[in-house]
Amino acid sequence: MTADPATIRPPIAMLAELTHRCPLSCPYCSNPLELARQDAELDTETWKDVFVQAADLGVLQLHLSGGEPASRRDLEPLVVAAREAGLYTNLITSGIGLTERRLRALDAAGLDHIQLSLQGTTAQMADMIGGYRGGFDRKMQVAEWIGAVGFPLTLNAVLHRQNLHQLPRAIEMAVEMGARRIEVATVQFHGWALRNRDAMMPTRAQAREADAIVAEARARLKGTLVIDYVPADYHSDYPKKCMGGWGSTGLVVDPAGRVMPCHAAASIPHLSFDNVRDTTLEQTWYRGSAFQAYRGTDWMQEPCSSCERKRVDFGGCRCQAMAIVGDPAATDPVCIKSPHRAALTAQADAHAAADAPLVHRTAPGKPVPEPAE
Amino acid sequence: MQPAEIPYLPRGVRLHHDRVRDTWVLLAPERAVSLDPVGHAVLSEIDGVRSFGEITAALAARYDADPDRIAEDASGFLRALRDRRFLEVQP
Repeated sequence: MTADPATIRPPIAMLAELTHRCPLSCPYCSNPLELARQDAELDTETWKDVFVQAADLGVLQLHLSGGEPASRRDLEPLVVAAREAGLYTNLITSGIGLTERRLRALDAAGLDHIQLSLQGTTAQMADMIGGYRGGFDRKMQVAEWIGAVGFPLTLNAVLHRQNLHQLPRAIEMAVEMGARRIEVATVQFHGWALRNRDAMMPTRAQAREADAIVAEARARLKGTLVIDYVPADYHSDYPKKCMGGWGSTGLVVDPAGRVMPCHAAASIPHLSFDNVRDTTLEQTWYRGSAFQAYRGTDWMQEPCSSCERKRVDFGGCRCQAMAIVGDPAATDPVCIKSPHRAALTAQADAHAAADAPLVHRTAPGKPVPEPAE
Repeated sequence: MQPAEIPYLPRGVRLHHDRVRDTWVLLAPERAVSLDPVGHAVLSEIDGVRSFGEITAALAARYDADPDRIAEDASGFLRALRDRRFLEVQP
């Protein structure tokens, strides 16, 4: 059963993964295990056309991401094209690959906003997690340039067991950098992060402490710093409303042009994805099989189908149901109503108590990084 | 909001006509806020030059409404935007 296209609302946001190339190799990278190679990447003109199609479809917000989007030499003309299409254009970057000159060019191109990732609040932590020596110092330099140009800034702090104690400092740094906003995101365990649960799963006590730190900081910094918080979901009672509901608000275009309902959707083996090279975004959004697969509530099983929260969280994350339960139509096992919740709790506690070395992301043709000193 | 305060939209926050949904939205980092006609009318007056008091007086005259009522409604709306850092006030 599929949703009637007449009842489907247009998307608000599009994540454009311009490339999977990245100088960092974070062990929780949200890119798929199977990375797109450079020679498979969409060219400049195709991306420009995709931006126009997205705006025509109703997209308001464009997130230029990767990998590291600054690895694309045509980033500046792509920003120009996105703004000409009428899109609010946001760059999601580690900062590596940006120079002051390039930032000035992005300013001239009309870039609206920058999100700068933070792997840790010290060089030792950040470079160990990012697998890139000197990355932290470079990032601090880039943050200064971003401030000098005057871009609105969001700091994206990704947290896990090894760096959660740095959360208070991350919040301070956001204020010091003049960021209006910080995203405090506990690692979501998909893809590369799934391999690192023993090394990165926060403890329950850490998760509760982070809740308290965020609540206190939100009150103290009201009107100065907005804090968006993604809590540790293995330690939550209800699942996250993933992507605001499958195929309801957002879409992702990967470097090779595949159009997906979320960036991890390729982990669901039975889905097939349209490609911008041969299908319009409109056709894909309203009729594409991957978007129809879990749109709305008709696909749900019990306990979701009779649940009063079914339109609150839409059953949680399909990719997590796939990864943990082996069935993408199952209730997200984080939900306290899932028959798999007790097993997940035990698993989370075991991962949190374990100790394992970080497994960094690797890429075709790229050597496995040495951990920083 | 005090009558003498001068509100402005900071860089990265802008009004946008959403032609697909035929409505006005306020675009900001990671957010698109749908505006009702009143919200749009208030934000359209904000130019970084005129004070809040001047803006509400102008709106009251244009819509033939009670200035105190307009000021109260607009103040609540703008306060919420300020808390989200979608609006700033000249020092």
